[in-house]
Amino acid sequence: MLKLVSRHREALDIVLVLLGTLLLWELGVWWFQTSPLILPPPSAVIAAFFETPWVFMRHLGFTLWMTTIGFVLAVVLGVLLAIAVVYSPLVERTIYTLLVALNSIPKVALAPLFVIWMGTGTEPKIAIALMLAIFPIVIDMVLGLRSVDPDMLNLARVSKASPLAILLKIRFPCALPSLFAGMKVAVSFALVGAIVGEFVAGSRGLGFQILVAQGQFDTVRVFVPLLLLGVVGTILFFLVDYAERVCLPWHVSQRSRQGSGHHG
Amino acid sequence: MQAASANGTTGVAIAHVGKTYESPRGPVQALVDISLDIKPGEFVSVVGPSGCGKSTLLKLVAGLEDVSEGTIAVGGRQLSGPPDGLAVVFQRDVLLDWRTIIDNVLLSIEFMGRPRADYRERAMALLARFGLQGFENRYPWELSGGMRQRASICRALLTDPQLLLMDEPFGALDAMTRDDLNLELARIWQDTRKTLLFITHSIAEAVFLSDRVVMMGKSPGMIVDVITIDLPRPRSLAVRDSAAFVAYVARIRHHFAELGILKE
Repeated sequence: MLKLVSRHREALDIVLVLLGTLLLWELGVWWFQTSPLILPPPSAVIAAFFETPWVFMRHLGFTLWMTTIGFVLAVVLGVLLAIAVVYSPLVERTIYTLLVALNSIPKVALAPLFVIWMGTGTEPKIAIALMLAIFPIVIDMVLGLRSVDPDMLNLARVSKASPLAILLKIRFPCALPSLFAGMKVAVSFALVGAIVGEFVAGSRGLGFQILVAQGQFDTVRVFVPLLLLGVVGTILFFLVDYAERVCLPWHVSQRSRQGSGHHG
Repeated sequence: MQAASANGTTGVAIAHVGKTYESPRGPVQALVDISLDIKPGEFVSVVGPSGCGKSTLLKLVAGLEDVSEGTIAVGGRQLSGPPDGLAVVFQRDVLLDWRTIIDNVLLSIEFMGRPRADYRERAMALLARFGLQGFENRYPWELSGGMRQRASICRALLTDPQLLLMDEPFGALDAMTRDDLNLELARIWQDTRKTLLFITHSIAEAVFLSDRVVMMGKSPGMIVDVITIDLPRPRSLAVRDSAAFVAYVARIRHHFAELGILKE
């Protein structure tokens, strides 16, 4: 019961803060008489959305699809790669070292290269989303797989556990909280990757829409996709957050949210 | 309740064992010339200051680390890896947070690849014996430290090990819980007569539980004395008030004081 109340409160807080921000924005534009070419009021942006809602929703759907595929691939490949890094010193010294080195360069700059390699279809968008999202997942997952109590592994060795059993029953569950931390960062990165992919080349998606509206100096229609991206980005983050609560009710970070109704 | 199959069949023969670790400042001798025979069904405690290598000695007997010199035989066989019929209780309870108490108790069985169903009844009986009936479907984090350590002892006893190693299992518990668990351990040992190597830094605990107390000094870790405790069994907590008990504790403390390990 307590759990439900606190979750509703949290959602309510977010909605109130966002609505408050929009209200301030509206009042600010009205007060300072800002040119709509510079900053249109949110009311105008929302009105523009409802002029052609299905056009925007179709582009949003495309961006979301690219983001989701990129994100899911990043999770699957990232987890497999992290396992390989932890179990193979060779992979760690080669691929992981390379990955950590690449992580410090601005990967977005590689986007045009992907268009040369893969054309202007869906592939480069997915690839860029995947490339941005996989880094936090691999790095956090490696950390998680390694942060296992040594005595837990000793216990398994005394019981003659197979390496697979140790991975599945000890290391992997131990690493899940780290994986979710990585996934929360990665889902936002995947969205960034999809948009960047649409900026560079293509004829679909919210990124493409922003580019077209910008070319026409139609500031209102630049803001519609921006607002949609804000909403969708927030929803994606909280979907991962929700999945974490469902998967990890045992983890310390989740227990405090449920109050402490122990020793019943 | 306990199967009697394991009664006093496995002894431990430690002969001239040394353990040296490599460190950046050169090799460090953790243990020097340790020789100790533990008879089948005997309760032997090792007591010594922190850093004397008593936990290292336990890891060597468990086959979790290799000796640098000398030999260790368990049940007449030279060690290479953890021997059969071994169970270890660690200082921390190392229960898996995502498993219920009963699933934690059954963990070693899963690792050994034996069917869970065969052991469920025995697991429930052990939990009941240790005062955990009704808690089998709770998670570790819902239990107190004493209850968690009880559960980890149940997990160790479930396989009916012939050799039980305990590494300061009650070191993190409050004094009253510790008394309780000392008494329960003494009873279960009385019933099953498993060969038991018990590491502790409490002289009183060592004297209360053991047939023999091994005193270790530090840097490097070596055996300084072995004292046979000739107190009648079964022992109740009241035995700690007896003149004989007090004399044993005083003798050991005095010896440590002579070595400069304890102040008198």
